[in-house]
Amino acid sequence: MLGKGLLGIYLTVLVLLPVAALLAKSGNGGIGAFWREISNPEALAAIKLTLAASAIVVIVNAVFGTLVAWVLVRDEFPGKAIVNALIDLPFALPTIVAGVVLLALYGKNSPVGIDVAFTRASVVGALLFVTLPFVVRSVQPVLLELDLAMEEAAASLGAGPLTVLRRIVLPTLAPAIISGVALSFARAVGEFGSLVLITGNLPFKTEAGSVYIFGQIQNENLAAAAAVSVLLLLAALLVLGLLGFAVRRRSRHVL
Amino acid sequence: MSSSKLAARTIALAYLALLLLAPVLMIFYRTFEHGVAPVWSAVSAPNAQHAFWLSLEIVAIAVPLNTVFGIGMALLLERGRFRGKALLGMLIDLPFAISPVVVGLSLVLVYGKTGWLGDWLAARGIQVIFSVPGMVIATAVVCLPFVVRETVPVLRELGVDSEQAAETLGASAWQAFWRVTLPGIRWGVVYGVVLTTARALGEFGAVSIVSGRVEGQTQTLPLYVQDRFENFDSTGAYTAAVVLALLALATLLAMNLLTRRTHRRTAL
Repeated sequence: MLGKGLLGIYLTVLVLLPVAALLAKSGNGGIGAFWREISNPEALAAIKLTLAASAIVVIVNAVFGTLVAWVLVRDEFPGKAIVNALIDLPFALPTIVAGVVLLALYGKNSPVGIDVAFTRASVVGALLFVTLPFVVRSVQPVLLELDLAMEEAAASLGAGPLTVLRRIVLPTLAPAIISGVALSFARAVGEFGSLVLITGNLPFKTEAGSVYIFGQIQNENLAAAAAVSVLLLLAALLVLGLLGFAVRRRSRHVL
Repeated sequence: MSSSKLAARTIALAYLALLLLAPVLMIFYRTFEHGVAPVWSAVSAPNAQHAFWLSLEIVAIAVPLNTVFGIGMALLLERGRFRGKALLGMLIDLPFAISPVVVGLSLVLVYGKTGWLGDWLAARGIQVIFSVPGMVIATAVVCLPFVVRETVPVLRELGVDSEQAAETLGASAWQAFWRVTLPGIRWGVVYGVVLTTARALGEFGAVSIVSGRVEGQTQTLPLYVQDRFENFDSTGAYTAAVVLALLALATLLAMNLLTRRTHRRTAL
């Protein structure tokens, strides 16, 4: 087999050294310098926009992702297999193409008269597009395994559809929804390609964190870029870790 | 059928249509709006051609690298016994949590002119950033987890019994790997390779930073889409985007065929 040494070199070149360099750069001037970089008004606006838009994405994905998964598992209609296959399209489509695709319908010269280009709505829209599959794909397998008998038993004991949904279906799906949502959040916080064309990257208005980082790299202000990068990376890892922890606690509780 | 079921179906399909299907169909319409002739000239533009072949070149290097090393890392994670295994797993997954822009930045901080290895590389006349090697590394980083993630579960399912049987019967470790392990995990690996290829072809943020985006030199197809769009050449942008979208649809098809073969339902 490939020697461990060779694997170690590959990982060092690709991940270990770059991440170490990023951390070193962000911590170069101490905590004071780090704080100054992230409290720069433009940086702060970009960070806030990214976190707020990602939070909205989480809520919308939790609701619509679960709904889509439910329809794909429990409902029957012609063309269902095609719809199911299309769910993965945002993962397969290059992010820059996602931006172009959204602009073609919802940009200027929109045939349906909706022009969201250069607005904050376009930030949320692009993030919803690229994160669509996460919740659907994590909830779907759990729903497939979910025994109908339990819901039927509840219904026969007099529970209405809403009670069944609230007391039986949603609690079972919760860990899957949470882990899908955590992945959506992490992806949304770092998303770049789908945003660059449709949001116009207007500072203080539509400039997301990743776009701000890109701008700072172009201006050779690598310290600012590194500080905001580390902050957003920490936010993503924190949410992944916390929600992952919640899921593990929850599933242990169920078992 | 109950009315609530119908309502759920309608809302779910409307959401998918508005967010996903309509925009994707629209781009095909926009591309061919003025007939095939402008599309043809957009496809044959020298910079478009160069971008297309450069993208393929990067994929042709980064994907095999990630496949070989991905299988190796999966074996290490699943079969190896050593301290820090959980840490290794986290390190391999890290690129999924990092923004592509941040990947690009981190690489510049190591391999760029003022980076950690900048002087060392310059003394040896090696240019990584703003040239193809950097673009290959950036692509390899963002796609790193795919093959590992797809291979680990099939390795676990395969178990070690048949490998041990092969070795008991006198096979060397290499023979056991080629004759027993690899055939057993091949569909998981292939699935990972498909995902890697799709992601590598479409990579934008990290490559955008490390490439310098020089037209006709370090411009990949996704970078070309942005360039055309910002230069108000919408036919050029739409055409290149459609080429990438068609490749994405081919990926989707491959994923579905493989999912049927491996009885797996989820994509990631």
